[in-house]
Amino acid sequence: MKHLIIGAGPAGVVAAETLRKLDENASITILGDEPEPPYSRMAIPYLLIDNIDEQGTYLRKDQDYFKRQNIDVVVGRAESLDPVNKTVKVAEGDSLPYDKLLVATGSRPIKPPVPGIDHEKVTSCWTLEDARKITSGIQQGTPVVLIGAGFIGCIILEALVSAGADLTVVEMGNRMVPRMLDEKCGSMLEAWCQNKGVNVMTSTTVTAIEPKGDGVLVKTSDGNEVEAELVISAAGVKPNADFLEGSDVKLVDGGIEIDEFMQSSMDGVYAAGDVAYGRDFSTGEFGIQAIQPTAVDHARLAANNMHKHGSIRHRGSVLMNVLDTMGLISASYGQWEGVEGGDSAELLDENNFRYIQLQFDQDRLVGANTLGMTQHVGVLRGLIQGKFHLGHWKQKLMNNPLLLMEAYLAATQAS
Amino acid sequence: MQRSLTIDPEKCTGCLQCEMACSFENEGNFNPAKSRIKVFTFHEEGRFVPYTCTQCDEAWCMQACPVDAIKMNFTTGAMEVNEQTCVGCKVCTIACPFGTVNYNVDTGKVVKCDLCGGDPACATACPTQAITYVDASATGLDKMRAWASKTDNAQATT
Repeated sequence: MKHLIIGAGPAGVVAAETLRKLDENASITILGDEPEPPYSRMAIPYLLIDNIDEQGTYLRKDQDYFKRQNIDVVVGRAESLDPVNKTVKVAEGDSLPYDKLLVATGSRPIKPPVPGIDHEKVTSCWTLEDARKITSGIQQGTPVVLIGAGFIGCIILEALVSAGADLTVVEMGNRMVPRMLDEKCGSMLEAWCQNKGVNVMTSTTVTAIEPKGDGVLVKTSDGNEVEAELVISAAGVKPNADFLEGSDVKLVDGGIEIDEFMQSSMDGVYAAGDVAYGRDFSTGEFGIQAIQPTAVDHARLAANNMHKHGSIRHRGSVLMNVLDTMGLISASYGQWEGVEGGDSAELLDENNFRYIQLQFDQDRLVGANTLGMTQHVGVLRGLIQGKFHLGHWKQKLMNNPLLLMEAYLAATQAS
Repeated sequence: MQRSLTIDPEKCTGCLQCEMACSFENEGNFNPAKSRIKVFTFHEEGRFVPYTCTQCDEAWCMQACPVDAIKMNFTTGAMEVNEQTCVGCKVCTIACPFGTVNYNVDTGKVVKCDLCGGDPACATACPTQAITYVDASATGLDKMRAWASKTDNAQATT
């Protein structure tokens, strides 16, 4: 059996390892389009802040790891799929054959439609190559504009500031991380950053980037002009499935539609991670969840079904995020925006930047946002995924959302 | 044979010596806030429930780690955090559905129970044998459910 995996991120690597455990004789190849060994983009913020070196970002630390696992790691970019001959054409290279194919190509940064976005002083923050460019482009006092205060923008703030950047953040939404945090949470995060000397402009868009001297002039929708020597564009990501356009693999919103066995509309072609249009645990609806835990979930299930189709069903992955913005930690789970007819509870300590809100559907927890919490946060996942009926503990949580652990211990009795 | 922590909340008196012992063993000071085992109090029922990682088979924390910093110690069966490798991204802290992997703001790393390398200080310190370190027969989740099932008498009747 020949398993070909396109993408050398967490999904690709975990799928390859899972396949190896299931079948010691299978041929397993990972095709990745970056020159470094498989690495974690999640680790880039810690590289930027100099806590780790590049090797610290590698998904597996042992140099010979993949060799010992008998997993071939090939560098090259998938160009197109030939489903008749079951091959993947590699740009400037040969075609790779497969019996089962996993597309785990992840996502890539969206380039906002702004005049001047292709200027050499503008970079994304996505790859190790980007990280090198950012590190070498910032010295003490370097004026930097960050486009986007989403997950990536926020998680690199501390690194940029500690490298000496004189930082301006421009966010289109009315608060920071609008797709992960509610208004209260996102606004408190903004206040936190402003207190630390970061100029955050929300409800603002960049309208143009023009050359000026050695740097650029960034123009914004509110009529401001900010000079910058480096512009970092972190305006969201989109799935890497372009190479499948025109094929019979069905794409939705740019992602690969998958069924409960992680298989695409084409037999023998599976998808996992950021590129997969898969099931959300909470809503049962399909969509893209570009997060690490989902990538790993998908990968394990996909590998099992590639090994033996129909062996494990995907019940959906729980949306979850954790973010450290200049030392302020926020988290979100599931249906943090609430559900129709549901109840919510919150506890707010604005002066100390602490906040928690819980969302209930009848007596079950379905979502949450937290700010400034670092202890027992994971139990939110336990409560949501366990779909535990909280009974009278719901009221206790409504009165004091911090009793989460107690509620969990009490609720798990039912199982 | 591997051993595991077994917790019997019925025997817990809430003395918190386990928390002190854990903190001292792992952090070098008596600071219950730094303990990896935590005793939860159910005032209305007058019950105390010691709670920590069960080294579950699913090992959600290990699966979720993007940099391979959590590995199983094959001698003890514990999932251990390699501090040198951990970058402090906290993904494990949200992925663990039991809430037993926590972020330490002071070190910038995550901490969890590692069974003290095979001689858990909490079990040694427990004066009532509410926490014991015995031969492992039940798996993680079963154990968790077994003691979770004893946490709330009040709900059993509703």
